[in-house]
Amino acid sequence: MSRAFLAILRRDLALAVRAGGGGELALVFFLTVVVLIPFALGPDLNLLSRIGPAILWLGALLATLIGLDRLFQADEEDGSLDLIRGAPLPLELAVFAKALAHWLTTGLPLTLAAPLLGLLVALPAEGVVPLTASLALGTPALSFIGAAAAALTASLRRGGLILPILVAPLCVPVLIFGVSASDAARGPMPLQSPLLILAALSLMAAAVGCVAAAAALRQPD
Amino acid sequence: MASLTELANPARFMRLSSVLLPWLAGAAAVLLAIGFYLVWFVAPSDYQQGETIKIMYIHVPAAWLALMFYSMMTLSALGVLVWRHPLADVAQQAAAPIGACWALICLLTGSFWGKPMWGTYWVWDARLTSMLVLFLLYLGLIALRRAIDEPSRAGRAVAILTLVGCVNIPIIKFSVDWWSTLHQPASVLRLSGPTIHSSMLWPLVITAVGFTLLALALHCAAMQAEILRRRVRTLTIFEAERLDRLSLQAAQ
Repeated sequence: MSRAFLAILRRDLALAVRAGGGGELALVFFLTVVVLIPFALGPDLNLLSRIGPAILWLGALLATLIGLDRLFQADEEDGSLDLIRGAPLPLELAVFAKALAHWLTTGLPLTLAAPLLGLLVALPAEGVVPLTASLALGTPALSFIGAAAAALTASLRRGGLILPILVAPLCVPVLIFGVSASDAARGPMPLQSPLLILAALSLMAAAVGCVAAAAALRQPD
Repeated sequence: MASLTELANPARFMRLSSVLLPWLAGAAAVLLAIGFYLVWFVAPSDYQQGETIKIMYIHVPAAWLALMFYSMMTLSALGVLVWRHPLADVAQQAAAPIGACWALICLLTGSFWGKPMWGTYWVWDARLTSMLVLFLLYLGLIALRRAIDEPSRAGRAVAILTLVGCVNIPIIKFSVDWWSTLHQPASVLRLSGPTIHSSMLWPLVITAVGFTLLALALHCAAMQAEILRRRVRTLTIFEAERLDRLSLQAAQ
């Protein structure tokens, strides 16, 4: 069972690295969003440093969303999804492996790039660690919630448009606690509690998202 | 339980609902007429808010109904996924646009109430924001339903998303409350205390029941229309298949 799990994980990682269009595209998109916002706001470094965490979190959220519609669609098209459905591995675990691979190729690189992009928005030095920690703990929730939405829209040709509409309301708590954890460095707010809540949100998204995605993929035809 | 499963038969539902619908609609009309009379001519104006308090009699029932219809959709979603009742799917499909409308009415009336009271059409208050997120959830459900062509597939997908949303609604509510107290003191929308005088409570109760009956009547009618639409769809498919067979035979 764990071999099948690892096989799916390894396959998705290899596909993301070799076929392209996965992680590095999300990174470039992240960079683009973070670069565009100062052009809209003006080059005021004080303002940018104040809303920097919000910019980075929004960028990460959008960058996570752009590749999600292909998570199950590509497998649906080439038929490998049918093989995964018929495999002895529970579908929930297969979904977990795919969502985990998605996070490893999207959320994790975004988290690692965040301190560098923080320089562009004049993120203060003491804000770097909270921001990175909040992204590391919060972005898995985005991948798992997104996996459920991706499974629901797997058979749609225009799933890429509808997926953000489905995911956005469900991502509100992650965004709220992600930004407040990053802001905690500046204010009197304790850093620990938003981080713990983010971790809880991620764990819950992993449970609910995988079950929901498996139920959506199991649709009897 | 036996009666519930009997009612779940679409033909029986059609018969029962066509008897029930005029009564529901009539009761809604009577109650709303009484309610609006009370609101306009009997209920006092608020000593601070003046006449704008009358917006409350639409605003509050709309908020209740927006939540009630999401709860109904959640129950229907269970019906779709667990018992695979076609009628549950019809109920869920018919409920979504009605619930979205109540959420929108709640947001709009709140906004019209907010302009004279707070001096602005919109504040990022916790309650307003939660209702806005609920409205977005409704829109997502409607969009997903429309995007999937095949009704049974769409029904399952929407049911799953409804349940995921239902699990998330308390979390969203909690986090938005937390966010709102973090960003601004809760000074704007505090209807200081729940002490609402009976001269305002009774009109509110009557309009709320009236609006609920109206919503149920609309839901009933929408379900009937949807059942008929599905029947037409099935008949069209049968007819197309029959013509197909005929033309095949003629060719042979």
